[in-house]
Amino acid sequence: MNIALKVWRQKNSQTPGKMVDYKLSDVSPDMSFLEMFDVLNEELSHKGEEPVAFDHDCREGICGMCSMYINGRPHGPETGTTTCQLHMRSFNDGDTIVVEPWRARAFPVIKDLVVDREAFDRIIQAGGYVSVNTGSAPDANDILIPREIADEAMDAAQCIGCGACVAACKNASAMLFTAAKISQLAVLPQGHAEHQLRAERMVAQMDAEGFGACSFTGACSVECPKSISLDHIARLNREYLGAKLASNNA
Amino acid sequence: MSWVTTTLSSSLGRKVVMSLTGLFLCSFLIVHLVGNLQLFKGDEGQSFNEYSYFMTHNPVIKTISYLLYTSIIVHAVMALVLTRHNQASRPVKYAYQKPEANSHWTSRNMGILGTIILIFIVIHMRTFWYTMHFGPVVLNGETVTAGSIPEVTYDGEPIKNLYAVTTFAFSYLWYVVLYVVSMVALSFHLVHGFQSGFQTLGLRHKKYSPLIEFLGTYGFGVVIPALFAAMPVFIYLKVHHILF
Ligand code: HEM
Ligand code: SF4
Ligand code: FES
Repeated sequence: MNIALKVWRQKNSQTPGKMVDYKLSDVSPDMSFLEMFDVLNEELSHKGEEPVAFDHDCREGICGMCSMYINGRPHGPETGTTTCQLHMRSFNDGDTIVVEPWRARAFPVIKDLVVDREAFDRIIQAGGYVSVNTGSAPDANDILIPREIADEAMDAAQCIGCGACVAACKNASAMLFTAAKISQLAVLPQGHAEHQLRAERMVAQMDAEGFGACSFTGACSVECPKSISLDHIARLNREYLGAKLASNNA
Repeated sequence: MSWVTTTLSSSLGRKVVMSLTGLFLCSFLIVHLVGNLQLFKGDEGQSFNEYSYFMTHNPVIKTISYLLYTSIIVHAVMALVLTRHNQASRPVKYAYQKPEANSHWTSRNMGILGTIILIFIVIHMRTFWYTMHFGPVVLNGETVTAGSIPEVTYDGEPIKNLYAVTTFAFSYLWYVVLYVVSMVALSFHLVHGFQSGFQTLGLRHKKYSPLIEFLGTYGFGVVIPALFAAMPVFIYLKVHHILF
């Protein structure tokens, strides 16, 4: 396959960036999108040019690092996938592919396609945990949890913190991420104890980071590699509103 | 800050205000529609005039109407605050975007649709509410009445003939077109807005959400705007003896 690329190049957060054109020939349709970038970077290094910086780690769809906004969509044209799990067979010979970093005030560009997603870490640090250390894992069936509830928590816990939800949202809202992190704890007995304070603190941090509000467009859930459901956003709304109306917290 | 101001200045709290005011406006639409359906009666406006008299003289309705005006203003102001906040959340735009791949056009353009509705509300209030309260008024360079709104007498009781004001306004084609276009905007606003309002309040459940979606799409998205749009069309055709 022959592929034309338009890639966002930006030296660092201080300098303005721009789209740069590249051409690649003999791209195998079985390559992953990241492998295609490896080939590009190798060519660039041979030519003595600076390789394109991009985030990646596991390359098996579980770490959430591979943030790339490809042809107008986070992680490219397929749904329920990360960039590392996207293959060149999803494109056609002769295609032009536009690749940009996540765009959000809360995710500043560090270099080229790499953005700083520490805002997500700070949201977790604000309350996405159970604060009492209860020692090692309890025996199975020690705490009885109905199957349905366990599944609901597990669905939320699938979130890999990739930020595609923010990238896809017209408001750069982090509602789906925050909702997943709240849901996974709120529905379980261990997490339920602190559910009010958690909702209040995590939402406050989410707002402080400069993410937008939810317009319920549903783009996040469609683009989420783990297809996290909008049900969790409804739960977050309930949790937050309930906490504000009924908790003892200031 | 007290918990109230903290809540109302959070993104979620602001959306709750949008949702409550928006859903209240939706409930008003039903009442407004049922009353205005009297326009379709072939009694030269008697039912409509009596209904208008009731609506403008009942103290409970009058109180609710102030709540309504407040809701429109709060909804519009909050829409502006949220829209600006949301735009600021992405200072650098994407060079190339494909939003239609993951969301509906209506959900992404609530602000534009709402602005059309707001302009409509101002014109609508100018024509009917202002005329009713402060007539006489000049419409299209013609004075509607010399001294005040014309009156009609039913059972010896003289009341304002708002039916005459209505038929006069809808005798103009451009005015009818304006109404029909605005109702299309309302339809699109509510197809997304009605469902979204419930989501914002966290009211989502597999038993009820399909009903909410159905009501939002067909009730508020199709039937209600279509019936509202039919009124000016019907009167235009009637006044000009085109169909009736
Ligand atoms: C005055 C002009 C109006 C403006 C400027 C306006 C603007 C908006 C905007 C921007 C939103 C989306 C908020 C967001 O997604 O973040 C919205 C939501 C909504 N609007 Fe309006 N609107 C107007 C009039 C109306 C009217 C007349 C109704 C009902 C009859 C209505 C019902 C709703 C509902 C139910 C929502 C959903 C609330 C939510 O998402 O929680 N709006 N409006
Ligand atoms: S909710 Fe989905 S899209 Fe958002 S960070 Fe988690 S996995 Fe990524
Ligand atoms: S590199 Fe880990 S999910 Fe793609």
